[in-house]
Amino acid sequence: MGYPRVVSTFDDLIAANERVEPRDEMPDAYRATLVRQIAQHAHSEIIGMQPEGNWLTRAPSLRRKAILLAKVQDEAGHGLYLYAAAETLGVSRDELLDALHAGKQKYSSIFNYPTLTWADIGAIGWLVDGAAIVNQVPLCRCSYGPYARAMVRVCKEESFHQRQGFELLHTLSHGTEAQHAMAQDAVDRWWWPSLMMFGPPDDASTHTGQSMAWGIKRFSNDTLRQRFVDMTVPQAEALGLTLPDPELRWNEERSSWDFGEIDFTELFEVVKGNGPCNAQRLAHRVRAHEEGAWVREAASAYAEKRAAREVA
Amino acid sequence: MVSTSEPVGIAGAAVTDVAHYAIALGDDALIASQRLTEWITLAPQLEEDVALGNIALDLLGQARLLFQYAGSLLDPPVGEDDLAYFRDERAFRNVSLVERPNGDFAVTMARLLVFSAYQLELYSRLVQSTDSTLAAIAAKAVKEVAYHRDHARQWVLRLGDGTAESHARMQTALDAEWPWTAELFEAGWLAPELVAGGLAVDPAALAQPALAWVRAVVAEATLAEPEVRPAVSFGRVGRHTEEMGRLLAELQHLARSHPGATW
Ligand SMILES: [Fe+2]
Ligand SMILES: [Fe+2]
Repeated sequence: MGYPRVVSTFDDLIAANERVEPRDEMPDAYRATLVRQIAQHAHSEIIGMQPEGNWLTRAPSLRRKAILLAKVQDEAGHGLYLYAAAETLGVSRDELLDALHAGKQKYSSIFNYPTLTWADIGAIGWLVDGAAIVNQVPLCRCSYGPYARAMVRVCKEESFHQRQGFELLHTLSHGTEAQHAMAQDAVDRWWWPSLMMFGPPDDASTHTGQSMAWGIKRFSNDTLRQRFVDMTVPQAEALGLTLPDPELRWNEERSSWDFGEIDFTELFEVVKGNGPCNAQRLAHRVRAHEEGAWVREAASAYAEKRAAREVA
Repeated sequence: MVSTSEPVGIAGAAVTDVAHYAIALGDDALIASQRLTEWITLAPQLEEDVALGNIALDLLGQARLLFQYAGSLLDPPVGEDDLAYFRDERAFRNVSLVERPNGDFAVTMARLLVFSAYQLELYSRLVQSTDSTLAAIAAKAVKEVAYHRDHARQWVLRLGDGTAESHARMQTALDAEWPWTAELFEAGWLAPELVAGGLAVDPAALAQPALAWVRAVVAEATLAEPEVRPAVSFGRVGRHTEEMGRLLAELQHLARSHPGATW
């Protein structure tokens, strides 16, 4: 639908399942919710580069090094698309980064866990990118146009990452005994945090109702979490690895996998800042930003000089 | 091709002159890539994480092609990972410039400016090599390094002609790296028959065009050309700086902890 639209009020757009675009009027609370969510998503992409970047210089083959480099680069690209989407709502990337650095905006808590072995790179690709896809595919139909369009590009690349992670783990699982053990240990450590990526259970989720009404969120946390479990269990079997949940069993009636209770106290602790890497991740990001300040200042000084010369 | 029986550090393999040449070029690319990779997540802005990642990936790709080719010439043949992960420091043939530890962003750009200028002159001639594999690798690489060289130029201009601080840092970086660039143009390590036969490019012939281009960028960036003596540097014959061992320890340790494993 082009401009000017026939249907143009915010409520009409939402009711008609049309996209809200930057020039459309929108309630302040809708705008604020989107800024919060898109910023958190963008921050997650760039903080997520750190645990994977941790293995870039140590990747055990040149092919794996190339794949991981390309992946980490994709994540930086995702950050760029998302900050650009947030900018259409009137906030600059600089403001959002300042908020991240000041601890005023969050990023996905999953990245506050450390990558201890090479197998963690596979586990992140398979489970973390896998969970991200389940969360993000519905966002391709999000009511806010620029966010939805960014998600279409991001999701294509995330599914590539997920397959690469699976393939990495498959190789380890079918490799030497030590490699298999490394893969199993990584899955043991990343499984539960991946389930927590879908957020608190529905009855404890504060934002879900309004976001669903606005067409930002399409499915509840628990629905998406179940979808992820159902997708992942058969893949674990194909990998020859076990998921660390003794209560995992097929439920004929629901045509779904039942799974054990998630220890959300751990999630809340990590969200509050007490995870193994919270301080490290933020300090690393702040360091990059501060050490790069003179470079960014030089770039703008140079651009100004150039512009002045062109005028003269 | 005549074997020089130069040890390549892999049991039973005698390296031919061509393999020796491809390994040296591949080592430059691999080690330069490794240092650039250390920047990822620490770049001054997100766009630069992407750009440095791109350049590191291109160089890694060049190293892989060169190692695959060199490995195929050895007897018995070895794979790219054997060359990257299972050679000891003394068998690496890269110039010392690319192994020097990262400093600030200006240091990385100073190095990339000269290195990519050298690589562009090299590959744009190597496309004519009588060795069709080297010619094909060069044809792919030449497009990549043209972008690297432009990227470095843009930053050297911005930093040199940016703020007082960036100007000072860029000049300091250039002064510190300049002595180590001379080794790029040394030819003594290379079997003369390779150059005479049109298979390899004489590194000494690259100095004039590469440095003329670099000097023009330096001048445009309002920087002074360093007046410094070349560093005494033997990377091409496998005598490296102390930092090289640590770089290789990081690069190789996981692969070496699981000998024979597939990844
Ligand atoms: Fe991503
Ligand atoms: Fe991803």
